[in-house]
Amino acid sequence: MSEETSDPTAVAEPVVTGEPAPVVQSVAAARGPLALEAIGLNKDFRLSRTQTLHAVQDVSLSLYKGGVVALVGESGSGKSTVARMLAGQERPTSGSVIFNGKPVDLKSRSAFRAYKSEVQYVFQDPFSSLNPVHDVGYHLSRPVRLHQGRSVEVQREVMALLEQVRLTPAAQFKPKYPHELSGGQRQRVSFARALAAQPSVLLADEPVSMLDVSIRLEMLNLLDDLRKRLSLALLYITHDIASARYFSDEVLVMYAGQVVERGPAEDVTQQPAHPYTQLLIASAPDPDNLGSVLRSGNVAAGAARIGRATSGPAPVGCPFATRCPFVDDKCRAENPALQRITADRAAACWHLDRAAPALATGAIA
Amino acid sequence: MSSSRPVLEIRDLSVAYRTPSGDVKAASHVNLSLHKGEVVGLCGESGSGKSTLAYGACRLLRPPAVITGGQVLYSGSRTGTATALDILRAPQRDLRAIRWRDVAIVFQSAMNALNPVLRVRDQILDAMQAHLRLPREEAHEKTAKLLDLVGIPRERLRSYPHELSGGMRQRVMIAMALAADPEVVIMDEPTTALDVVVQRDILAQIVELKEQLGFSVLFITHDMSLLLELADRIAVMYAGQLMELGDSADIKVAPAHPYTQGLLRSFPSLHGARRDLTGIPGSPPDLRDTNPGCPFIPRCEFAVPACAEVDMTLAPVAGSRGIGHVTACPIVTPEMAKVRVPTEGVRS
Ligand SMILES: Nc1ncnc2c1ncn2[C@@H]1O[C@H](COP(=O)(O)OP(=O)(O)O)[C@@H](O)[C@H]1O
Ligand SMILES: Nc1ncnc2c1ncn2[C@@H]1O[C@H](COP(=O)(O)OP(=O)(O)O)[C@@H](O)[C@H]1O
Ligand code: SF4
Ligand code: SF4
Ligand SMILES: [Mg+2]
Ligand SMILES: [Mg+2]
Repeated sequence: MSEETSDPTAVAEPVVTGEPAPVVQSVAAARGPLALEAIGLNKDFRLSRTQTLHAVQDVSLSLYKGGVVALVGESGSGKSTVARMLAGQERPTSGSVIFNGKPVDLKSRSAFRAYKSEVQYVFQDPFSSLNPVHDVGYHLSRPVRLHQGRSVEVQREVMALLEQVRLTPAAQFKPKYPHELSGGQRQRVSFARALAAQPSVLLADEPVSMLDVSIRLEMLNLLDDLRKRLSLALLYITHDIASARYFSDEVLVMYAGQVVERGPAEDVTQQPAHPYTQLLIASAPDPDNLGSVLRSGNVAAGAARIGRATSGPAPVGCPFATRCPFVDDKCRAENPALQRITADRAAACWHLDRAAPALATGAIA
Repeated sequence: MSSSRPVLEIRDLSVAYRTPSGDVKAASHVNLSLHKGEVVGLCGESGSGKSTLAYGACRLLRPPAVITGGQVLYSGSRTGTATALDILRAPQRDLRAIRWRDVAIVFQSAMNALNPVLRVRDQILDAMQAHLRLPREEAHEKTAKLLDLVGIPRERLRSYPHELSGGMRQRVMIAMALAADPEVVIMDEPTTALDVVVQRDILAQIVELKEQLGFSVLFITHDMSLLLELADRIAVMYAGQLMELGDSADIKVAPAHPYTQGLLRSFPSLHGARRDLTGIPGSPPDLRDTNPGCPFIPRCEFAVPACAEVDMTLAPVAGSRGIGHVTACPIVTPEMAKVRVPTEGVRS
């Protein structure tokens, strides 16, 4: 990400959507026009007659063409559920998804297909997302026919897609079967398949989590390159906040179904406001700190045990209360909403003055 | 490290998988030792032979795997003899006694390694009683203590594996490995599938337990950033061979082998300035085609014709202050890595 986009003064004009104004303006807005927007998304899953899982609570986000927004959080925090609602695969319990300025309505099959060709969802697992009995060419020619119509020269289009994801020489990869490809190559095929629809939005759900560290970068560089060339609006879902720092404009941190912090990637990772973001960052391996953190044992003391998403009747209090070093009675009684810290940053915490004194006093505003 | 005899010493170990299309040489002439109380990290991309080396050293591999050469010397305090025991040649009875009791393994997939129909408590009791045969009361007491030690609440003693989160299952695996007070614990990617917070928690626990109980750890992972924090020494493996070996601090500040340098340029860091990131373009070789010389040639930016004749023995790193810092590459020095021209990283 370039310097000027992390500068709050460079933020673009607010976008008028007819809905209540968002608490903050995304830095990704500086990249291009608004493509896809989620406003107040909620998703409840009925677990039993008495139990409801509030998997996603009041999540709002905006994706801009040519911009990357990262959705970061531990497993079970609701990231994939948000993506599935954005992709039209899951109906929100409440809230709306707005594409190119219009609320998304997927009641008819043709509307769903049209939407799907604009908003593509790439799933994390490169090992199960391809059908073992079909070759690469088959995986790509089907969506080309489906989304681009029968008039296009399908085979030429397939070759172009393979080139685009750098599976070259393309002619060599087209007849290969999934088992003949490495994990990274399979993930490239998944990207190519998504691009066959010529989407304007790509929802990449943990696209590199299953891959070796050494090839993750190549894959992220490829995604970044595609974003630039095709002006894609990208949602990058990950549990690795370090990669979000390098790869995204804006970071949204999810915890137990809620966005607890959002802001420019560099700011959030270098000066985290929310106690959970602070824990995430303190937990990431720190090669610059040889041995010291683990050996001093201070993280062991501070690190929380297992804390799961809320269940039961409408949850009260801050979802992080059971793990938070700053918790008090107010936290246990009332769930804090996202509050603006600067024009492009917000966090949901009652006690930012104690958790992040430098931010709360406006030192960086 | 100390000059005393290592607890575990892998000498010139070679393992191959006999397949219809030829031998897959998954480990070739590996030398690696583990001293008392030491954490040695074994690092490399998937397919580089890390698991093969570890399981081979414990004689846990089944056909088509064959050990084609080498020794694995174990000299724990309980072997009772002045001479070390060669695990690869020990009679089955000695071998059974050593495995789990003296050398324990935490396998790569915690779910598959646990028995799905046994409660957590019984899994650990079984592992313990197979070796220690304690009185019932004492065994139960020890089980509860072990679960405390790895941070599993007592009320989960009666849970089945599927009722636990990934992090808790991994803790159960660690508790099982520690059940018989081993001297060496081999951990194969024990935290790869876990979230960072849980991962850190478990790593901190491993270090704490190690300090309390005094065992040695061979920690296997593809994530170099973890090892820099966790390990005393790091061994870097590629295509079944060791490329570099040294103290973590030396590997970090003066990586000598181009593959190590690539691994160090692979992960984004959260702390400090944004770094130049390139990863390692290309992919590991097919271990069936063994060309002479260095296996890293196709992916190496420094490769010269002489690389095809390199004999792959580990030699001291030129210009490194580290004792025991060795590399298989006779061409590249840590200095050369420093002057390399930075290329464009993600989002520059
Ligand atoms: N179809 C479903 N029925 C019930 N619970 C679900 C369903 N899908 C997801 N969940 C639950 O919702 C929560 C959020 O899941 P998910 O969105 O997959 O999280 P993440 O992607 O962050 O790991 C989890 O507790 C998960 O078990
Ligand atoms: N049963 C087997 N038959 C043939 N080749 C195998 C077998 N098991 C592993 N291999 C090969 O041996 C090499 C090393 O594998 P492994 O030890 O699992 O590596 P790592 O643990 O570093 O990922 C790989 O190329 C793998 O494909
Ligand atoms: S609201 Fe309270 S419990 Fe929640 S994160 Fe802030 S200080 Fe912690
Ligand atoms: S021997 Fe040659 S190919 Fe191998 S790592 Fe050294 S410079 Fe590169
Ligand atoms: Mg998910
Ligand atoms: Mg392995």
